[in-house]
Amino acid sequence: MATIASTAAPRGGRPEVDARRRARRRTAVLAPLLVLALAASIVVATTIGSADLAVGDVLRSILSHLGVPRELIGANPLDRLRDGIVWQLRVPRVLTAAAVGAGLAIAGAVMQALTRNQLADPYLLGLSSGASLGAVSVILLGVAVVLPVAAFGGALLALAATLGLAGALGAITPTRTVLAGVAVSSLAGAATSFAIFWSAEQDSYREILGWLLGSLAGARWPAVGIAGVAVLVIGLPLLLSGRILDAFAFGDTTAASLGIGVQRTRWILLGATALLTGALVAVSGSIGFVGLVLPHAIRLVVGPGHRTLLPLSALVGAVFLIWADTLARSAFAPRELPVGIVTALIGAPVFALLLARRRSEA
Amino acid sequence: MSGAGTGTGAGTGAGAASPGLAVAGLTVRIGDRSVVDAAAFTAPPRALTALVGPNGAGKSSLLRAIAGAERPAAGSLHLDGADLAALGRRERARRLAFVEQDAGTELPLSVESVVGLGRTPYGALLGGPDRDAAAAVDAAITAAGIDHLRGREITRLSGGERQRVLLARALAQHPRLLLLDEPTNHLDIAAQLAALTLLRGLVGEGVAVLAALHDLGLAAAWADHVVVLHEGRVVAEGAPLDTLTPELLAEVYGVRASWLADPNTGRPVLAASPLR
Repeated sequence: MATIASTAAPRGGRPEVDARRRARRRTAVLAPLLVLALAASIVVATTIGSADLAVGDVLRSILSHLGVPRELIGANPLDRLRDGIVWQLRVPRVLTAAAVGAGLAIAGAVMQALTRNQLADPYLLGLSSGASLGAVSVILLGVAVVLPVAAFGGALLALAATLGLAGALGAITPTRTVLAGVAVSSLAGAATSFAIFWSAEQDSYREILGWLLGSLAGARWPAVGIAGVAVLVIGLPLLLSGRILDAFAFGDTTAASLGIGVQRTRWILLGATALLTGALVAVSGSIGFVGLVLPHAIRLVVGPGHRTLLPLSALVGAVFLIWADTLARSAFAPRELPVGIVTALIGAPVFALLLARRRSEA
Repeated sequence: MSGAGTGTGAGTGAGAASPGLAVAGLTVRIGDRSVVDAAAFTAPPRALTALVGPNGAGKSSLLRAIAGAERPAAGSLHLDGADLAALGRRERARRLAFVEQDAGTELPLSVESVVGLGRTPYGALLGGPDRDAAAAVDAAITAAGIDHLRGREITRLSGGERQRVLLARALAQHPRLLLLDEPTNHLDIAAQLAALTLLRGLVGEGVAVLAALHDLGLAAAWADHVVVLHEGRVVAEGAPLDTLTPELLAEVYGVRASWLADPNTGRPVLAASPLR
């Protein structure tokens, strides 16, 4: 205890701000703002793109698709082509971005808490490399499965391999799981690279690269369904696990003495997180940064308590990925960037800025 | 308050129906080694019971097993007559609380959130705090004397302050039995006495306290009841000075020891030197 106390002593002797009150005040302001920002982002991002569309027209088109009666909003103002762009392309893509962003942020925050590892991300247990291998098998080798299904299957196989390996090493502990994940990731990564090196041609090469770097280019309504259901069915319950994750921060013994079934709870949470991530990676490829750094950024602003951290991370993740993807598809239109490049390009400097601010505050 | 107090001689054969904690035949194995071997003793209600013994005697394993963090290989645990093994985890956590040794965290939670974790066995596992949480947290914070620390981050507190916060978390569980592993470890002498005074206050309110203590002097001066653990076995139990005899200390610790009286309070003070 003495060593922890000395390393964590107040730096620089400045008066310490009341952490609890500061976190509460920020949460109270941020939460409603973020909900509004999410709603606005969905509408505004839908209007952005090659065909110039007015916000009001887009809104009326969306509302008419949602079944709002004509008497209230008038006829759908868009012609068939433009309406198709809005309803068949942009709306599902924006919604997928929102779901994937929210889901990745939740999965990352939970994974960091479960493994007590700040560098943990949703793909930690070999999920993304497994999914990549599945996807590459489809694109290159012509395995006759739909791409998301192959990616999801690959992710689950990698997860099973990771847990199996960790279990074969003895009792399954967070550290062993992480190490086993590293081994499985490397192996699947090597297999993927080999497949690409051996058989990729010009066209498929770009498709693969887009997938490996994460892309929402192909997201239509089925993608919304997969990512949306995963976030609603798995992500929402995970949002409520904040208190358990807080208790885990004090170690397994304390968590057990608080009445938590430590082993069982850890594996349920880990399994749920992995399933959620598998579903997301199946529709978007592996999008970096969001799950790893975003929870850290939120932590710097509202504090580390998971009961506020998880929902705020989800909201920020959704808004962030909507705009990152909008930038990815419009910055160099008609060419698209993989959204993973954009998330890292924007995210890394923002995070560095937050770190610097935190330092001057503390 | 001190040593010679309640030495009721509640022996190893105490029945399951007696109040307080009754441990019988408790065995804890790590690998194929029995770190606790058929331990039997009681921790009476309204009493501070000190669990003493040399390093590696099995004190921490014993406490962890009672707290439900370790599954015992054999034996029974009864609290106020109820079989702990028959209770669910959460029900158990409402009756007994555990303050681990050096139970730190790197997560800079606010003191209030940490104390709020003590309500975990009461609220829904997924979701917010229970209805009585706010009042229970306030009361625990006041009882532990940490009102001034409420909004601070736990990672920035001193060892003594953090110990009080973890104690407050345990109190928020409203336990009938409070387990502590080396609660005075790493504390300066004033903080040690403050921590023990706090525990005595809880005892006065009817909580059974079972604390592993390294310092035999503190055990003799502050506990009502002493349990001596040696190589996983309970070798003696009873009122402090009747139990911690020079002969026993020579056998268990290999030291030559005698008890003196504190010139200020008359409480026992241990003087020890190596045997030979």
